[in-house]
Amino acid sequence: FRKRRLDDEALEELEETLIAADLGVAAARRIVEGFRRTRFGREVTEEEVKAALAEEIAAILAPVARPMPIEPRRRPHVVLVVGVNGTGKTTTIAKLGQQYREQGLSVAFVAGDTFRAAAVEQLQIWGERVGCPVYAPAKPGADAAGLAFDALKAAKEAGIEVLLVDTAGRLHNKAALMEELRKIVRVLKRLDPEAPHSVLLTLDATTGQNAIQQCKVFKEMVDVTGLAVTKLDGSAKGGVVVALAQEFGLPVHFVGVGEKASDLRPFAARDFARGLVGLD
Amino acid sequence: MFEALSSRLTGVFDKLRRRGALSESDVNDALREVRVALLEADVALPVVKDLIARVRERAVGQEVIRSVSPAQQVVKIVHDALVEALGGGAHDDGRRGLDLNAPAPVPILMVGLQGSGKTTTAAKIALRLRTRERKKVLLASLDVQRPAAQLQLAQLAERAGVTSLPIVPGQGPLEIAARAMDVARRELYDVVILDTAGRLAIDEALMAEAAAVKAATRPHETLLVVDAMTGQDAVNTAKAFQEKVGVSGIVMTRVDGDARGGAALSMRAVTGAPIKLLGSGEKIDALEDFHPDRIASRILGM
Ligand SMILES: Nc1nc2c(ncn2[C@@H]2O[C@H](COP(=O)(O)OP(=O)(O)OP(=O)(O)O)[C@@H](O)[C@H]2O)c(=O)[nH]1
Ligand SMILES: Nc1nc2c(ncn2[C@@H]2O[C@H](COP(=O)(O)OP(=O)(O)OP(=O)(O)O)[C@@H](O)[C@H]2O)c(=O)[nH]1
Ligand SMILES: [K+]
Ligand SMILES: [Mg+2]
Ligand SMILES: [Mg+2]
Repeated sequence: FRKRRLDDEALEELEETLIAADLGVAAARRIVEGFRRTRFGREVTEEEVKAALAEEIAAILAPVARPMPIEPRRRPHVVLVVGVNGTGKTTTIAKLGQQYREQGLSVAFVAGDTFRAAAVEQLQIWGERVGCPVYAPAKPGADAAGLAFDALKAAKEAGIEVLLVDTAGRLHNKAALMEELRKIVRVLKRLDPEAPHSVLLTLDATTGQNAIQQCKVFKEMVDVTGLAVTKLDGSAKGGVVVALAQEFGLPVHFVGVGEKASDLRPFAARDFARGLVGLD
Repeated sequence: MFEALSSRLTGVFDKLRRRGALSESDVNDALREVRVALLEADVALPVVKDLIARVRERAVGQEVIRSVSPAQQVVKIVHDALVEALGGGAHDDGRRGLDLNAPAPVPILMVGLQGSGKTTTAAKIALRLRTRERKKVLLASLDVQRPAAQLQLAQLAERAGVTSLPIVPGQGPLEIAARAMDVARRELYDVVILDTAGRLAIDEALMAEAAAVKAATRPHETLLVVDAMTGQDAVNTAKAFQEKVGVSGIVMTRVDGDARGGAALSMRAVTGAPIKLLGSGEKIDALEDFHPDRIASRILGM
C-alpha cells in the first residue's frame, strides 16, 4: 500500500467519505477534527486511515449497540413497532417473530395497521410463514387502539410471552396521526401499566438527515426505547445513525439485511462502522 | 434545526463587510455555507460540488461583492441555479407530467427501491388518468415478492375506480406483464400501469428482471419512484436504475413530510430525467404536479 501524508486535502477526503455515507456535515466534521488533532501530518496508508476512522466511529456507536431486552415472564412482553411509512415495520415484526419462535417463546402479532391497503393480509401471511398467530381487526378501518386493547387482553388470557404490535406508517410531522399512536400506548397501559415494554422505531438506512427529526419526534411522542435500521443490504450506509447516537443515545437493537424472515441481525458497532468507511 | 441559507449568508457577509472590500476568499466562505446548506438538505455530494462550481462562476461574474446585499444576491444565484438544475428557469420546455402520447394501450412501468411508494403511486396515477383524462386504465402488479402486494394493488384499484388484472398465483413478473398487455389490447384499455416489486440497486438479478420486463412491454414511461427523505444514496440508486433499466421520469413521494428533498436534485442530475409528479400523502388523491421553484425553495429552507 502507498503511504500518504495526512494533510488538509486527505482529511477533506475523509470528511467527504463520511458525508457520502449520510453522517451529516456536523458529525463528519467532529470526527475528522478529532483526527486532525491526533494524527495530522503522519504518513499513513489509506487502509490504515480508514481502519482508524472506523475504530473512532465504532467507539461512538458501541454504547448504543445493545440488544432489545425481552422479559417473557410479563406474559406478554409487548413490543410496539412504529415508524415512518415503508420503513420496514411489518417485515421487522415477521423477522422478530421468527427469532423469538426459534428461541422457543410463544409469540403473537397484532395487525394494528388497519389503514393501509392489504396491510393486515401482509402481516397474516407473515404470521403463517413464521408460525405466529395474528390478532386482526374484525373489519377494515377498525380502530387500531381498540384492536390493540382486545389483542393484549386475549394474549394475556392465552399466556402469550411476546406480543408484537404492528402500526400504520406515519410521518412524524402529522400531529393527528402521532396522537393516534399515543392513544394505542394509553389503552395498552390500561391493561398493563408498564406496556408497551419496548417501543421499536424502524429507520430506513436510505434515509438522510431527516432521520434526526423522525427520531426526535417519535421519541417525544411515544418514548421510543430503541431502533432497528432496515435495508442495510443495499448501497446506503445508514451513517445518520452516528449522528443519532451522538444526539439521542438511543439503543440500536437490530439491522435488517434483506426481505426474508431470517434477515435480521444484532447491531454490531464495529461492523457497521467499517461498512460506513468502505471496509468490509 | 436548520438555519435558512439566507440568514447564514447574512452572518458571513456581515462579518466580512466590517472589514471592507470582499476578496475571492470571502466568496469562498459564502460558498462553504451554501455547501453545508445543500448537504443538510440531502443533496448528494457530487451534485453539490457541481452546483457550487456553477454558482461560483456566476457569483464572480455578477460581482456579488459590490452589490448592496451580497447575501440576498448569493441566495438568488443559488436559488436560480437550483431551479435550472431541477428543470425550470431559462431552458424550461414547460412540459410537465406524464407523456401518454403513444398508441393505446400505453404501458407505464413503476420501479424503485423497497417501500418507496410505487404501488400507492400507481393507484394515484390511475385515479388521476381516469378522472381527469377519462382514460380507461388497467393496473397490474408484477410483485410476487412482497406478501399481499398484489392484493394491495387490487384494493387500491378498487378505491381508484379502475380495473386490476386478476391475480393468478404462481405466475412470474414477465408472465404477468405479458398477460396485462394482452388483456389491455383485447379489452381496449388506454393505459396499463405495471407495478413492480421493490428492488435494491445492487441486486443484479432483480435489476435484470426489471430490464427484461421493460424490454418485453416497451413502456412509454418508466417512472423511478423515490422517497423525499432519501439521503446521499440517491446518486447510487439513480445511476443504477438509469443504467440498468432506463428511466423516463421521476416521482418523488412523501413530500408531505418535512424532509428538504435534496434527493430530487440528485436524482435529476444523475439521470437527466425530469421529475414528473409528487406524492403528497397516503390517500390516492394525494398526487401533485412538480414545480421546480417550489422544490428549490424547499431545499434552501425558504
Ligand atoms: N432489502 C430490504 N428490504 C426490506 C428490509 N426490510 C423491509 N424491506 C422491504 O421494504 C418494503 C416495506 O416493508 P414493510 O415491512 O412493508 O414496511 P412498513 O414500515 O410496514 O410499511 P407501511 O406499513 O406501509 O408503513 C417491503 O418491500 C419489504 O420487503 C430489509 O432489511 N432489506
Ligand atoms: N405520507 C405519505 N405516504 C406515502 C406516500 N406514498 C406512499 N406512501 C406510503 O408509503 C408506504 C409504502 O408505500 P407502497 O406504495 O406500498 O410502496 P412500494 O414502493 O410499493 O413498496 P414495495 O412494493 O414494498 O417496494 C405506504 O404506507 C404508503 O401509504 C406519500 O406520498 N406520502
Ligand atoms: K449497506
Ligand atoms: Mg406495515
Ligand atoms: Mg409495492
